[in-house]
Amino acid sequence: MERADPRSRRDAYGSRINRAHSPLLAYTVPWATILLASLLPVFPIATAAPIVPPVGLMTMLAWRLVRPGLLPVWAGFPLGMFNDLFSGQPFGSGILLWSLAMIVVEAIETRFPWRSFVQDWLIAVGIVTCSIVAAACLSGASLGPPLFAALMPQVLLSLMLYPIIARMISTLDRFRLLRVRILG
Amino acid sequence: MAPPSSRRSSYSRRAQYGVFTGYVIAGVGALIGAILLALSLWRPASFNGPRSVAQDAVAPAAEASAEVRAESQNLIEAIRGYLRAGSQNAELKQEVELARIRLAEAEAIKRENERLKALLGIEQEETKPVAVARLIGSSSASSRRFAYLGAGSVDGVKVGMPVRSPRGVVGRVLEVGRQSSRVLLLTDSQSILPVRLVDDNVVAYAEGRGDSMLRIRLINLGINPLKKGDIFVTSGAGGYYRPGTAVAIVAEKTEDGALARIISDPAATDYVAVEEIWQPEAIRAAETPIEQSVSEADNT
Repeated sequence: MERADPRSRRDAYGSRINRAHSPLLAYTVPWATILLASLLPVFPIATAAPIVPPVGLMTMLAWRLVRPGLLPVWAGFPLGMFNDLFSGQPFGSGILLWSLAMIVVEAIETRFPWRSFVQDWLIAVGIVTCSIVAAACLSGASLGPPLFAALMPQVLLSLMLYPIIARMISTLDRFRLLRVRILG
Repeated sequence: MAPPSSRRSSYSRRAQYGVFTGYVIAGVGALIGAILLALSLWRPASFNGPRSVAQDAVAPAAEASAEVRAESQNLIEAIRGYLRAGSQNAELKQEVELARIRLAEAEAIKRENERLKALLGIEQEETKPVAVARLIGSSSASSRRFAYLGAGSVDGVKVGMPVRSPRGVVGRVLEVGRQSSRVLLLTDSQSILPVRLVDDNVVAYAEGRGDSMLRIRLINLGINPLKKGDIFVTSGAGGYYRPGTAVAIVAEKTEDGALARIISDPAATDYVAVEEIWQPEAIRAAETPIEQSVSEADNT
C-alpha cells in the first residue's frame, strides 16, 4: 500500500506522530533570546561612541509585536532589570524604559488592533528612538548637541535592524513550537 | 486576525482580573524602575555589587569574543596589506629612512637626558603595570562610555587606577569585580583629564563629549595657540595619571580650545595595562576634609 503524500502527517512544526510541543521550549525561548540579546552589545566591539542598537529592547519588542499575547505586560520589569546589569546605564533606567515600552505597545494595540508589518516596524522604531534619547537623557551624561548627534547612527542602525530581528523572531517562534519526541 | 490581546477578555471575572493585575504590575514595575533610577543617579555606586557579579559571570565569554575580535582584525589588516603592498612598500621605505635619522637623534637626546638626570640626581625607575588584560567589552549601546576589563580584584586592580594601551591613555578603573572591572573611557562625558601640549607648556582639560571626540579646554584663555595635529599628553595634575602619556590629537580648533581625537581608540586596542595610581598620597590629601590634617586622617 502506498501513501498518497509522505508529508501528510507533518505540519510546520514537524511530524505529528508520537511527538508533541515541549512546554519548556515554548515558554523559555522568548525569555532566553531576549536575555541573550541584552548581553549582545557588550561583546562585539569596545567603541569610543555608542553605535550598537539596543538589541535587547528590540528583541523584546519584536517578540511582543510578532507574537502578541506571549509576553505579559509586566515583562519589561524583569527583562529591563537584567539589561541594566550590563548596559552601563544607571540601574533602573532599563526597568523604567522597558516597562513603559510594553505599556505603550499595549496601548497602541488596543487602539489599532489591525496592523501590517510596516506599521509594526514604525511602532518599534518609534519606541526604540524614544528610548535611546530618553536613556541618553537619564544616563547621567552631560547633555549637549554632540551627544545627541552621536545618537543618530544608533537610531538609523535600529531602523535597519528591526526587520531582520523580526524575521529571526518568527523563525525562533517556529522553533519554539517544534514537536519533540515524547519519551515513554 | 486581530491579536489575541485585543479581543475582549470574555465575561469571566477571573480573566478580567487577570488582565487588570497585569496592567497594575506593569505600572508598579515602571514606578519601581523610576525610583531605582533616581536612587542610582543620586548615588551612582548604589548597585555596583550586583553589576560586577553579573559582569564576572559573562567575563569568560567576553574574553573569548575579544580574542576572536582581535584575530579577525588582524586578518582584515593582513588582507588590506596585500592589496596595497606596492605603494605601501615605497612609502614605508621612505619612512624608514626618516625614522633612522630620527632614531639617531633620539639616541643622542636620550643620552643627554640621562646625563642631565644624573646631574640632578633624579632616579626614575620603570614602573611595572599592576595587570595586563584585554578590554573584553563595552557598553556600546548606552550613551555612557564604559569598557569592561578582564582583570579584577584578584589581579590587584583597584578603583581609580589608570588604564593605558601601548598608544596612550584609555581611561580609569571605576568599579572592580573579582575577575573583571569597569573602566570609564576618556570619551565619556563625565571624564575630565588634565593635559598639556607635548612640546609646550600649554595646559588644558580634556573632557569627553559622549561621541568619540574630546573637547580640549585651555586653562589660560587668550590667544589660542593650538594647531591641527597638536598632540596632548597627560600633565600629571590630579595625581591619577603618570605625566607624559599620549592622550589626544587636535582635529579642529574652537574658540576656547579645540576638538581632539583620542589617540588610543578603545576599538583598536587589544591588550591594556592597568597602572598604579601615580601619586596616591596627593589623592588621599585631596580627599581629606580641610579641617583635618592628612596624618590625622591616616590614624583614624
